[in-house]
Amino acid sequence: MTRHHPSDAQLLGYANGELAEPLALLVATHLALCPRCRAEVARLEALGGLLLEELPPAQLPAGSLEDVMARLDTPEPASSLAPPEAAPLDTRIPRPLRDYIGGPPEALNWHTFRGLHAARLMPERDDCKTYMLWIEAGRAFPVHGHEGNEATLVLTGSFADGGETYARGDVALAGPETNHRPVADQAEDCICLVVYDGTLRLTGPYGRWLNPILRL
Amino acid sequence: MKVEPPPQPSRDESSPAALLAAVAARADKVAFARLYDHFGPRVLSYLRRLGSDQAIAEDLTQEVMLTVWRRAATFDPSKAAISTWIFTIARNRRIDALRKERRPELDPSDPALVGEPPEMADHKVAADEEAIQLRAVIDELPEEQAELLRLAFFQDKSHAAIAEQLALPLGTVKSRLRLAMAKLRTKMQDRP
Repeated sequence: MTRHHPSDAQLLGYANGELAEPLALLVATHLALCPRCRAEVARLEALGGLLLEELPPAQLPAGSLEDVMARLDTPEPASSLAPPEAAPLDTRIPRPLRDYIGGPPEALNWHTFRGLHAARLMPERDDCKTYMLWIEAGRAFPVHGHEGNEATLVLTGSFADGGETYARGDVALAGPETNHRPVADQAEDCICLVVYDGTLRLTGPYGRWLNPILRL
Repeated sequence: MKVEPPPQPSRDESSPAALLAAVAARADKVAFARLYDHFGPRVLSYLRRLGSDQAIAEDLTQEVMLTVWRRAATFDPSKAAISTWIFTIARNRRIDALRKERRPELDPSDPALVGEPPEMADHKVAADEEAIQLRAVIDELPEEQAELLRLAFFQDKSHAAIAEQLALPLGTVKSRLRLAMAKLRTKMQDRP
């Protein structure tokens, strides 16, 4: 069982649809690995349903029912159906993240520096940077501070940070007050999904390595 | 929260569950029209509250209800109440159409999915039973917490913006929401 979870606000934001796509991706992928949070989100969605049921109904325009009835026999546009998965199944990475990577994580465009690899997963959106981080076994991510909030979901291996261990499915949250140096376990490479808003304070050669990935 | 008494789960043929089952089983258009009458105005109300303009909200309401029609057979009444299912369709269509974003969703049949431990599966209650429990928990919440939950679902605002609107410190908004969620969590698990 996972021991470190997204915040209550993030779970609520996922259930009510407020969370931007990068964090929603991180939460949804955590849900695949965490039955506890899955139950929590199901409960919040049930709350959404209950509140929807209680909303004062708005007035639909005249003819709205006729319009929709006339469209019932139109087949669903093919574009709205999920395409079948083309890439071979890689169970290290659960859906929906697997769909975003579109194959084994090895195939991503990794930027490498001293046992650390990072690859951008999607363009910056709502000030969120989304990237995959691959820390080779036993390596450390250099000490860094944040101006924003960082959420890290562990997919393989584990890392230690500030006296805690984060393993598969765990979410590590860091805020502006955090200065840290995560260290991957000796036994296995640690692959993570990282969503970050704000600027990472990382100077020196590491900064020159990571900056292009975060800025792109 | 000031609300009507909860609808009792009904097995009669005019209950939303029976109407949706008729749509799933035999593409019953009369049953669909009644579902539209009930849920259409509520979905429209939801979309309007979240800031869609009237014409776009009307279009989206039709899209949401067409999805209900097309996917009726995938609805599993043991997993969720109909209102919950329709809420999630409306939420996702809105993200799709208005934010132009994908909605990342887990895949319940993904081999990578971690299953429930036995003690969680043992405590499962039917979805209609759960809806009644949830209603009771919401009614017991202090009004200030219930109000925040409603704002969280029906206003497209960050917690900071909600705090500003209510003239409350952000910390108060966050802690009230946390309290409300903690109550939902513990009370829903307590109940027999």
